[in-house]
Amino acid sequence: MVNLKKDNLIIANKKFNSRLIVGTGKYKSMSECAKAIKLSGAEIVTVAVRRVNISDKNKPLLMDFIDPKKITYLPNTAGCFNSKEALRTLRLAREIGGWKLVKLEVLGDKKNLFPDMIETLKSTEVLAKEGFKVMVYCNDDPLMAKRLENSGADAIMPLAAPIGSGLGIQNKINIQIIRKQTKLPLIIDAGLGQASDATIAMELGCDGVLVNTAIAKAKKPFEMALAFKNAVIAGRQSYKSGRIDKILMGNQSSPSEGII
Amino acid sequence: MKKIKKIKIKINGQIKSINKDSNLSIVLKNLKIPLNKVAIELNEEIIDKKKINKLKLNKNDKIEIVHFIGGG
Repeated sequence: MVNLKKDNLIIANKKFNSRLIVGTGKYKSMSECAKAIKLSGAEIVTVAVRRVNISDKNKPLLMDFIDPKKITYLPNTAGCFNSKEALRTLRLAREIGGWKLVKLEVLGDKKNLFPDMIETLKSTEVLAKEGFKVMVYCNDDPLMAKRLENSGADAIMPLAAPIGSGLGIQNKINIQIIRKQTKLPLIIDAGLGQASDATIAMELGCDGVLVNTAIAKAKKPFEMALAFKNAVIAGRQSYKSGRIDKILMGNQSSPSEGII
Repeated sequence: MKKIKKIKIKINGQIKSINKDSNLSIVLKNLKIPLNKVAIELNEEIIDKKKINKLKLNKNDKIEIVHFIGGG
């Protein structure tokens, strides 16, 4: 029997029960975001680093709604288009409260939001040397994934499809090849549209999924948060259970002996 | 009474006029910045929050104050 309680997600020596990581962007309000996170069961949430609004001193703060002592904040570099910007952002993130576990995301194109892998690779090397634990958003390219691993990445996070597209996993073969070649945590980041996409990711052998838009922009975000939670658990359980071989023809489930 | 001299600095892209010889700590206090929830850069260099009392600001200094917001 699969004991899911002991089946932890381990990232940079830290144990997590939930394999679902959720983003905190695009919600209608901070309270909606906090409730969706709670329902999703996520223990890690991504956050962005931005200027404090100095004109409106009473603006609510994310930390007032999501307690960083209870939920692991994963600062990201969303909006950074080169290594310099990404490094600056993550060094600031670390300064806010000692965060070393970070999500590196260096984009290369404002329309398709694909990662710039040259800048991403450069940044990974520097961050690893500076003691960061880097979870890297990347293309679903096995060779690049290997190079990231060799540069000191702590988790490989290939896209399923463009960020926010909701298209689901486009390149299952690549994800499976990356799975075969790495022991690092493999997390599908970006492009999922519905809960079943998360199940497929887990059945391909991924260690987790990262979802933002699919939950935040669903017509019912709370219900979708719960759906993703269940989908990740189902997919993991299915993967661990060992699926049957595929065959072309039918194979009866009832015995043919004793037919009247 | 002697008039206090003012200098101009930039905080998060906005020009602010502050008293000459103000330290960073006073400026942040006036803006009601919750120090435990932010990181601060002075002229693109990260500032140790424990040392802001001793940090005198100069004309045209650029300060960036950042925090965490929702993101994917």
